Amino acid sequence: MFKILKYSFYDLIRSRWSYVYFLFYLLLGFVLLFLNNDLSKAVITLMNIIIILVPLIGTIFGVMYFYNSREFTELLLAQPIKRTSIFLGQYFGVACSLSLSLILGLGIPFALYGLFESNAIFDFSLLLVTGTFLTLIFTAMAFNIAISNENKIMGFGYSVLLWLFMAVIYDGLFLMSLILFEEYPLDNFSLLATMFNPIDLSRTLILLKLDISALLGYTGAVFKKFFGTQLGLFISISMLCLWTLAPIFRLAWKAKRKDF
Amino acid sequence: MIQIQELHKRFSKNKVLIGVDLEIQNGGIYAILGPNGSGKTTLIKAILGMVLPNKGKIHLNQKDIKNQWKYRENIEYLPQIANFPGNLKVSELIKMIIDLRSKPSSSDELIQRFGLEPFLDKKLNTLSGGTKQKVNLVLTFMFDSPLIILDEPTTGLDPIALLTLKELIAQEKKKGKTFLITSHIMQFVEEVADEIVYLLEGQIYFKGTIEELQNLTHKTNFEHAIAALTAQNV
Amino acid sequence: MIKLGNLILVLIVLQMHLAYSKTISICHDCDVKSIQKGISMAVDFDTLLIKKGTYKEFNIVIDKPLTLLGQNYPIVDGEDQGEIIRIISDHVTIDGLFLINVGTSYTSDHAAIRVVKSSFFLIQNVVLEKLFFGIYLEKSDHGKVYHNKIIGDAIDEYNSGNGIQLWYSKNIEIDRNIVQGVRDGIYLEFSDNITINNNISSNNLRYGLHFMFSNDDIYTNNTFKNNGAGVAVMFSKRIKMYQNQFLENWGTAAYGMLLKEINDAEISGNTFKENTIGINIEGSNRIRYTNNHFVNNGWAIKVLGACYSNTFEHNNFLYNSFDISYNSKLNDNVFNENYWSDYTGYDLDDNGIGDVPYRPVKLFSYIVNRTPETIILLRSLFMDIIDFSEKVSPVFTPDNLMDARPLMKKI
Repeated sequence: MFKILKYSFYDLIRSRWSYVYFLFYLLLGFVLLFLNNDLSKAVITLMNIIIILVPLIGTIFGVMYFYNSREFTELLLAQPIKRTSIFLGQYFGVACSLSLSLILGLGIPFALYGLFESNAIFDFSLLLVTGTFLTLIFTAMAFNIAISNENKIMGFGYSVLLWLFMAVIYDGLFLMSLILFEEYPLDNFSLLATMFNPIDLSRTLILLKLDISALLGYTGAVFKKFFGTQLGLFISISMLCLWTLAPIFRLAWKAKRKDF
Repeated sequence: MIQIQELHKRFSKNKVLIGVDLEIQNGGIYAILGPNGSGKTTLIKAILGMVLPNKGKIHLNQKDIKNQWKYRENIEYLPQIANFPGNLKVSELIKMIIDLRSKPSSSDELIQRFGLEPFLDKKLNTLSGGTKQKVNLVLTFMFDSPLIILDEPTTGLDPIALLTLKELIAQEKKKGKTFLITSHIMQFVEEVADEIVYLLEGQIYFKGTIEELQNLTHKTNFEHAIAALTAQNV
Repeated sequence: MIKLGNLILVLIVLQMHLAYSKTISICHDCDVKSIQKGISMAVDFDTLLIKKGTYKEFNIVIDKPLTLLGQNYPIVDGEDQGEIIRIISDHVTIDGLFLINVGTSYTSDHAAIRVVKSSFFLIQNVVLEKLFFGIYLEKSDHGKVYHNKIIGDAIDEYNSGNGIQLWYSKNIEIDRNIVQGVRDGIYLEFSDNITINNNISSNNLRYGLHFMFSNDDIYTNNTFKNNGAGVAVMFSKRIKMYQNQFLENWGTAAYGMLLKEINDAEISGNTFKENTIGINIEGSNRIRYTNNHFVNNGWAIKVLGACYSNTFEHNNFLYNSFDISYNSKLNDNVFNENYWSDYTGYDLDDNGIGDVPYRPVKLFSYIVNRTPETIILLRSLFMDIIDFSEKVSPVFTPDNLMDARPLMKKI
């Protein structure tokens, strides 16, 4: 698996798109820091961008890579390599190169700006950690979509739909149900609903650390307990891990049963 | 030796292989022929474990290949469409496959033979179809494996390269290797094949030498014999 | 000339005091061993010099104009028996004492120092610990509470008292005190013309500073940090609030400042930073908010109920989750020339004022008011989208609530 990972990764880090993606973050980081000069505001702006853009790029890039490397995959399938190794190797290759673009692209300007002496370093690293998680999750989901759909157009359609659903539609339905059932106690429901969407989960995880936890705690004891203690951080991170592992397992399962 | 028993495969509702029984002895060149959609590629891929049969068994040297992957160390495969990761250089791709298989290879000699030296430092997405196919051939022939499967090996090759390919096949055959070849170029098949396996509607319709086929169809021309074989059924 | 004359007069009076008053030393080895005894021996305008040591006394009543001066912070231990010192005479000074162990009671408000119906008192350099109520001024006037340190260990609101409490008192100056760990840091009830400057009130259970039915008071340069809520101003008129810091009042229903039924106040030059709610306003009218800084609050300003004719001018609103929250569609308040960090408009004529108005009320804040749990959707893309559409065509929020002249640069 690591050989495949290595080659996919090398292939990708030399692709034009990785550079574009990397340069985008680099530029974003510099612009935010040097035009703004306010680290904590930059972190908030970055959060807004990361939780929307990372899933989008992850899904699109994942699906694109999978379809584009179809023939190469066939070449590999004829080699004495386990199937799961091929797909997981490719998956981690894509996910790692995307994550690297993100981490380096944002890390360099922040490091130059003097992040290590600032107390925003924890917020910032949390931002990168969730960004990496989102990359892992959405690339894995994209691979799942691609492996289940022979038709490229359908695959792209589903992946954009997935992103749209997770980034926007889910929250709309969530909000509607909250308003619809406003006379019932909703705190447990809303926490649960947050857990079922990795984008919402990452958002709350970052907000948790951006000192807004008390603001969220304003609604009641359940929120307060969740957001005010380490419990929230712990549960959110474990849920993100679950969100990462589930599609990877399905990918491995599907890879074993697929004809090429 | 390849033994295929009662092989069934369907893609959703489309039945591609319906009870294929086939035995291929070691040594010799077997051409798998048949009209489009007759299941040639599916059969090859089933042997390679890329397509998972719905029913039936495939044994390679008396070993069931189901859920195995190690046996592919002894098979070389030339896929139909030569499309590689575009950002890799030719030399890197060759190195990578050698690395993946960790076996001794004769890549340098083959590169020379197909005249690929000027392309070694080029990225794969800048190559023409024919050059890609040459790279594809290098990858296939550079290891010393007893079974070689070629899916449309002549696609895009210029006459010189075609000649080189034929030489290569002859040379490897002498070493006692087994070839499975699909091709639409009947002239090529006639030249190289020892035996024909003719697939029609998911079943083996004919298996035998070219002579046997000519006798059966009463046609002296190979191409016409194949056409007659198809027409007989229709 | 008049000033010089006054000074000379004061000096003469002082000279007379020094000439006629004597100093009584109190210590364990002295003739006078207890403070109570010292008081009974003293005559008007005497000074009791209390030397270092621990004095286990309570219910000390000062009934004549005296100065109690502690040397090296003598400890007066009330042993949880009740009140420690009660002042019932004018012209009393208490300086440099360390009072501990005030008795807790559910029926009477025991204080470390209680001033009753007295004038011209001065309480300074006093340290209070393990207290119930700290300094309690009752129907007193023209006094000064200066540079004291009150450190409580209150856990529950129902059995704790206030640091400095004023009840029906007038013309008092409260300056440079440090109050922490009590119920209300400073509490004013029916007290007018009070000046509260340079105090630090932090980590109190309820409010850092609390006004009830008190008028014409002024507080300046105080810091209110990490209290249940910073300052509560209720049912009071003409309060002036200048240059105070309201910091880190985080938590469920915590705010930097609560205004309830307040009229004609002036709030200027204050900083509200990192509070759940910067200012919570209920039924308050004709208040001028100028040159304040609202930084990193959950809500900078939350308006509940009817509030009329308030003006917000030249304030900075920086990085608050919500700038303004309204629960009604009515608006009779003026926002003018404030700086809003969320403002995305432009300034083509380069006069420092944005060419498009800024709408500080987001639809999301309206939704959160209605269904608090929706706060979990804070900063989600969906919310940004509907906020944007509300910005373009207001349906739920007051459409005349806007800053028509938003500033391009911070003040």
